[in-house]
Amino acid sequence: MSNDGCGAPEQTAALPPGVDLGKEIVLGGKVTADGAPVGGAFVRLLDASGEFTAEVVSSPEGDFRFFAAPGQWTVRALHRTGNGEARVVADAPGLHPVAVTVG
Amino acid sequence: MSREDVLVTAEWAEENLATPGVVFVEVDEDTSAYDGGHIPGAVKIDWRTDLQDPVRRDFVDRAGFEKLLSARGIANGDRVVLYGGNNNWFAAYAYWYFKLYGHQAVQLLDGGRKKWELDGRPLSKDAVTREETQYVAQEQDKAIRAFRDEVVDAIATKNLVDVRSPDEFSGKLLAPAHLPQEQAQRAGHIPSAINVPWSKAANEDGTFRSEDELRELYREAGIDDGKATIAYCRIGERSSHTWFALHELLGHSDVKNYDGSWTEYGSLVGVPVEVGPGTN
Repeated sequence: MSNDGCGAPEQTAALPPGVDLGKEIVLGGKVTADGAPVGGAFVRLLDASGEFTAEVVSSPEGDFRFFAAPGQWTVRALHRTGNGEARVVADAPGLHPVAVTVG
Repeated sequence: MSREDVLVTAEWAEENLATPGVVFVEVDEDTSAYDGGHIPGAVKIDWRTDLQDPVRRDFVDRAGFEKLLSARGIANGDRVVLYGGNNNWFAAYAYWYFKLYGHQAVQLLDGGRKKWELDGRPLSKDAVTREETQYVAQEQDKAIRAFRDEVVDAIATKNLVDVRSPDEFSGKLLAPAHLPQEQAQRAGHIPSAINVPWSKAANEDGTFRSEDELRELYREAGIDDGKATIAYCRIGERSSHTWFALHELLGHSDVKNYDGSWTEYGSLVGVPVEVGPGTN
């Protein structure tokens, strides 16, 4: 994990060390198509008004993760095979699972 | 300057992969994407290890930039096409950096890696070697780089454009939402700054919005055409994206990128900081 740049870090299912789920809201999950994980999808976090907030690339296992403020969020995935999105409401610290299917 | 002078399309790029005198360069903070597959023939520049001084917080000096470009096989007369991940943030940073050291023939691949991948265009894992050159750089063009004292003096006099996300601007978050939030600096923004997130300048596929859309975006946000502008973000790469939109695509004449950005300003002792959604 590098904090000197702003680029999206490599996405993994396991949380990076030092993340306190008692304090941070973490939105995490997988991008799938027909039940199979989709790596290399561009996963965008949009706020309640649909405005862009952050973007990461899903891992080869389809994993992605965001650290968010409290609120209602849309996770939208873009892939050359198709796009998809899912909504999640996160009001309290902890891991909030999100599943996105594309195609 | 027109869009065609500063941007190339993915179509153009694919047709010109083997054109002599055109050098494709992938720039990112994390170069593992390059290693897993890059535009055929492209060389790589690592934003951190190649462009940042390893000890001080500053850029590599002129001699260091000359050494880097010579080693990558980039000649003074080459047309350099930059692209990267993260919606071209680091490529836009490198574009600004190339201009800072006086390389004029430089362009961005519109949409960067994202557009290239979404289009399903070819990627290669082949090692790329180019013959070493004797690159000669210019002294830094300070007309496009802002430092902290100038930024403090610009409060309420110049356009200050904070291009971070609204939650970073208001002080709810200290970093983009894909990063953990424990950081040393204070949260908030520079007083009088307007918040125009970099992402508003880009389409979903990573390409820049049209000049008409960009003009309307910044006009509506309250940028005064009659004033100089300083753009900033957290570390200066997202604001390079906006610097590109304002200076290169819209042709605003006096636009600087503050690469110290919030990680510097938010750590300064005694400077004013504003929290909340802003007054503009």
